[in-house]
Amino acid sequence: MAALEEEFTLSSVVLSAGPEGLLGVEQSDKTDQFLVTDSGRTVILYKKPLGSWSVKQGQIITCPAVCNFQTGEYVVVHDNKVLRIWNNEDVNLDKVFKATLSAEVYRILSVQGTEPLVLFKEGAVRGLEALLADPQQKIETVISDEEVIKWTKFFVVFRHPVLIFITEKHGNYFAYVQMFNSRILTKYTLLLGQDENSVIKSFTASVDRKFISLMSLSSDGCIYETLIPIRPADPEKNQSLVKSLLLKAVVSGNARNGVALTALDQDHVAVLGSPLAASKECLSVWNIKFQTLQTSKELPQGTSGQLWYYGEHLFMLHGKSLTVIPYKCEVSSLAGALGKLKHSQDPGTHVVSHFVNWETPQGCGLGFQNSEQSRRILRRRKIEVSLQPEVPPSKQLLSTIMKDSEKHIEVEVRKFLALKQTPDFHTVIGDTVTGLLERCKAEPSFYPRNCLMQLIQTHVLSYSLCPDLMEIALKKKDVQLLQLCLQQFPDIPESVTCACLKIFLSIGDDSLQETDVNMESVFDYSINSVHDEKMEEQTEILQNGFNPEEDKCNNCDQELNKKPQDETKESTSCPVVQKRAALLNAILHSAYSETFLLPHLKDIPAQHITLFLKYLYFLYLKCSENATMTLPGIHPPTLNQIMDWICLLLDANFTVVVMMPEAKRLLINLYKLVKSQISVYSELNKIEVSFRELQKLNQEKNNRGLYSIEVLELF
Amino acid sequence: MGEFKVHRVRFFNYVPSGIRCVAYNNQSNRLAVSRTDGTVEIYNLSANYFQEKFFPGHESRATEALCWAEGQRLFSAGLNGEIMEYDLQALNIKYAMDAFGGPIWSMAASPSGSQLLVGCEDGSVKLFQITPDKIQFERNFDRQKSRILSLSWHPSGTHIAAGSIDYISVFDVKSGSAVHKMIVDRQYMGVSKRKCIVWGVAFLSDGTIISVDSAGKVQFWDSATGTLVKSHLIANADVQSIAVADQEDSFVVGTAEGTVFHFQLVPVTSNSSEKQWVRTKPFQHHTHDVRTVAHSPTALISGGTDTHLVFRPLMEKVEVKNYDAALRKITFPHRCLISCSKKRQLLLFQFAHHLELWRLGSTVATGKFLVSGKNGDTLPLSKNADHLLHLKTKGPENIICSCISPCGSWIAYSTVSRFFLYRLNYEHDNISLKRVSKMPAFLRSALQILFSEDSTKLFVASNQGALHIVQLSGGSFKHLHAFQPQSGTVEAMCLLAVSPDGNWLAASGTSAGVHVYNVKQLKLHCTVPAYNFPVTAMAIAPNTNNLVIAHSDQQVFEYSIPDKQYTDWSRTVQKQGFHHLWLQRDTPITHISFHPKRPMHILLHDAYMFCIIDKSLPLPNDKTLLYNPFPPTNESDVIRRRTAHAFKISKIYKPLLFMDLLDERTLVAVERPLDDIIAQLPPPIKKKKFGT
Repeated sequence: MAALEEEFTLSSVVLSAGPEGLLGVEQSDKTDQFLVTDSGRTVILYKKPLGSWSVKQGQIITCPAVCNFQTGEYVVVHDNKVLRIWNNEDVNLDKVFKATLSAEVYRILSVQGTEPLVLFKEGAVRGLEALLADPQQKIETVISDEEVIKWTKFFVVFRHPVLIFITEKHGNYFAYVQMFNSRILTKYTLLLGQDENSVIKSFTASVDRKFISLMSLSSDGCIYETLIPIRPADPEKNQSLVKSLLLKAVVSGNARNGVALTALDQDHVAVLGSPLAASKECLSVWNIKFQTLQTSKELPQGTSGQLWYYGEHLFMLHGKSLTVIPYKCEVSSLAGALGKLKHSQDPGTHVVSHFVNWETPQGCGLGFQNSEQSRRILRRRKIEVSLQPEVPPSKQLLSTIMKDSEKHIEVEVRKFLALKQTPDFHTVIGDTVTGLLERCKAEPSFYPRNCLMQLIQTHVLSYSLCPDLMEIALKKKDVQLLQLCLQQFPDIPESVTCACLKIFLSIGDDSLQETDVNMESVFDYSINSVHDEKMEEQTEILQNGFNPEEDKCNNCDQELNKKPQDETKESTSCPVVQKRAALLNAILHSAYSETFLLPHLKDIPAQHITLFLKYLYFLYLKCSENATMTLPGIHPPTLNQIMDWICLLLDANFTVVVMMPEAKRLLINLYKLVKSQISVYSELNKIEVSFRELQKLNQEKNNRGLYSIEVLELF
Repeated sequence: MGEFKVHRVRFFNYVPSGIRCVAYNNQSNRLAVSRTDGTVEIYNLSANYFQEKFFPGHESRATEALCWAEGQRLFSAGLNGEIMEYDLQALNIKYAMDAFGGPIWSMAASPSGSQLLVGCEDGSVKLFQITPDKIQFERNFDRQKSRILSLSWHPSGTHIAAGSIDYISVFDVKSGSAVHKMIVDRQYMGVSKRKCIVWGVAFLSDGTIISVDSAGKVQFWDSATGTLVKSHLIANADVQSIAVADQEDSFVVGTAEGTVFHFQLVPVTSNSSEKQWVRTKPFQHHTHDVRTVAHSPTALISGGTDTHLVFRPLMEKVEVKNYDAALRKITFPHRCLISCSKKRQLLLFQFAHHLELWRLGSTVATGKFLVSGKNGDTLPLSKNADHLLHLKTKGPENIICSCISPCGSWIAYSTVSRFFLYRLNYEHDNISLKRVSKMPAFLRSALQILFSEDSTKLFVASNQGALHIVQLSGGSFKHLHAFQPQSGTVEAMCLLAVSPDGNWLAASGTSAGVHVYNVKQLKLHCTVPAYNFPVTAMAIAPNTNNLVIAHSDQQVFEYSIPDKQYTDWSRTVQKQGFHHLWLQRDTPITHISFHPKRPMHILLHDAYMFCIIDKSLPLPNDKTLLYNPFPPTNESDVIRRRTAHAFKISKIYKPLLFMDLLDERTLVAVERPLDDIIAQLPPPIKKKKFGT
């Protein structure tokens, strides 16, 4: 995850930053030192201020100072044409090397490992050394009249310096790529697409093997990407480049202040600007691959709309002072993405929700969401904001949670839920639950049950989002909440499922009476008990002539025959009360993986296992009453679920259960039933085999010989 | 649309040869594939995986190694001890050169592409310098004890790794001496096997050597110290092949069990820079030995004894999740092996070393029955199909192409060095065959043969780029004319089409466009505008003389030869575009024909469908159902007409190798079910013995 660390301010001295901010921040030859050029007359070398140089009054620096990495000297241009070169020992800029050039300089560009390049305002490029050899040499004009250089960047690709600069003329943008070694200059026209009147506000670029990826932040608040080939196919021709949408609406288009964009690495960009028209400026880091906001930081004092990024540090002018925010991007891990990794939270920083909201338009440049839709949502959001300009309802809710009484919270939550689908609905729900649970843990008496129930019923929560929720409910033995969780959460771990099962089996009938459990999955089985007996007899008849149990299971038969009355009664009446049945059904419906569940099942006391088995046996009998093998009711457990759980329980606890005298008869009944069923199915098998011939006949029709003449009709 | 009587033929007993080697060329995105019969095929992966070129096999040339060098030059080496270079323009073998080391088992081109290394039976590793028009022996490396089965260059070109029996040697290229000898463990699951054959080695730039061997192991060695670093036991049988990605962050191995394993270099923990090789994905797309694998930037490619060539795209490397990201399995050649005589209802099947002539049967069911017969009904046979002729070639060379004349009285076929023309005489049920002798010298080798509709002319595309027209009459022939290739080009023509009136001849090469010649005036009439994708099939329609061309990107064009321009229909189609499902088909159209009575119909087929395009009906758009297997029921005529579109598709016959119209109401379809091919393959061998 990309993260912004604690910021720090570089200077105690207030910089003389003009309305346009600083002229530039550049790297020096030491990794932790940076050259800051203000918009007036001063160049400062920072770690803490290490050196400061100013030009004479009346002169003005027109190009940010850079470090010549090959010599360790600093280079600056003042009054457009005058080049100054000095080093750390020099004190007075007036006395250092001076060269007056014949044309106006736009910028000096310097990166590690190569000599600095001088880009003139007319688009010509010279190496610094070559220029110094003859400062008055004639500088040609490359770009046309009225074309103005807007932005430039210098790369070293395979040890070849490559310079890119963007110019603008009457709202049209052009990109020039200069291969410095081969002196090939390629011009591209940047096509703006349908949105003709959008203005590009900021550029950044990164480079990979074959392409320069030029990212631009447009006035509509979206980031676009343009791929520019490093080695042009045909340098002579004027080529056009199409931009593609990378991220939608990351900043508000009509912000008063400037916006800025910087590529941090292949997948991340930093954006400076206000996310909404009204809100304060923010520095945010976006992952362009997943289109998600990674982190953001509010900058309440406003910025100059400039952003620099060097070696894991982001520089910007915050208020009047130069602020540095270290940025770190750890490789994201699955655990982190699933929320299983505990996030260490800085208490001081503005908490940006750690629930990624997939539905808000801000992050979605996803293909299927067309721009109209997102604009619509955005507009709606704007309206909402204008209605309640001060505190959004979500913020209000969060603050309520922290202090108010249960009742008040409940009212607030209900209010919020009535508002329904705000774009950040998911996020707010997540934050609310986390907030509630944190408070629950802090104050043992605080348990806003109704609130939690309501929140769970929004269908947006899952176990991994709020693992504490079930933990607390288990502690409080709140079976109603647990049942709801089991029904709603798709990702409950087996250990928790088992803990729920334990509580459902052990809770007393009297305490169950008080609860209000959802009875949807239970059917009143007592009604058709008369019908049951008939069915029991029927299974006997089905065996049709031969009785496989006769010799194999003599003992059990005898035992069973002794108390036939008792047995029927027991199997036909539900062994658990209805409410418990409903709870157990929730367990049966839940998803699990056998390997993880089995060890936990062994922890359940034997008498509870027996009870559960009895209930399952009862369900099984009910199932086999009808031909479709289903239970009555709205949402009953399926036959497969019942069978699987019988298997699981027996697997886990067979040795224990078999030792219990009270379970013995149950097991024998179960055994008998299974045996009789098997014999029924073996009969069915025979029937199936006969029918298989039918299939063969069909196949034969398809499997023709080597040659046939057929009729074909085409439609 | 009407009904057809379809002769559904499944007695074409064609079995493709197993794949021995594949070599991927990153520069041109092409794949060279060699088969066990010596055939070498070139697939253009950019052109929808079309098999654009092939070099016919030879009985004595078992290709054991295949590689690209010097950019686009293709070399092969085999058990006959020869190194060969292929001419990809003229489609013939440039030269063959004996390496004098006995059978060659392995070959590798240096990273710079300027040198070639071969590993021989006698344990020698020989270095060849690649000169612009040949290769030149440079020197031998230190002789080893046993045959060299695998070779790999270090990316810097300073060292090589050579896999042999029981050990791997590392050579210094400069001195030619062995620097290290790493003994491979013979133990196999605790049992000592007789020998451990190192089937493949790969030398990485960090000095790691990866070896795969007959004991089912993938092992990592440190070439600096000559020590074993890590060993993965991945199979109970031989691991026969390995290929590493250019970035060296992933590699693929193929086993004799038919499994392909993908290994990737992944960080040990989520945020550490330390990386290790992990076996990530197993794929089981083969039933038999995977003899060879290749690693393109976006896909794993594998091939083996089961004759399938499989492309398995790596989802993380595929940028656009479209149909290209789907698995591809290529089994059948992308050219026609069958020709048909409509008049006598004969089918000529082309095999590697023989031809078979069959006469189709007949049914008593006449037109009346046909009307009452429903779709899918099988009609009673009054006469079964007859096998008339089995014509074996002389010599060890494979047949390149063959053709039977529409009248059924001529058969022509060609190998690399000889052209054969036979005259058939039918007397009641007897057939007599007479070879036309004294073929002129220029008719030595043909890439494509075609007879005119009236069987009086024979058109031959020779591998010199020339097109010959030969007049046939009675039992003799006369050379009429030769269209010479345009000066400076040596590109061979692979596809021919002649108009039914015999006036026009269209010829297409592998990359240059389609040329149309006027046969009457014996001159070039026009050239169809060039298109980026190779032509897979073409035909000229009767009466209108419209040339219909199918390209490998599934586009179909109709070009009017008299007007020298695309027809209006073709323009409309291009404007509206084909249905997306049509464009997503992954086999090329291999045959196009026309209905004599319905000028608006074009009949074409690929391996999985047969289609009649009715130009009079509206084109389908992406919302309409392209293929409707069910007959329209209870729909009024109005609805039916409204929903009807130009593409009438049948997918009943598959894999479909040939389909043509015999007469107005009769079709012939030649199918080759995959099950029948599998039944003829050797049983899957799990434990392979060396040298068998």
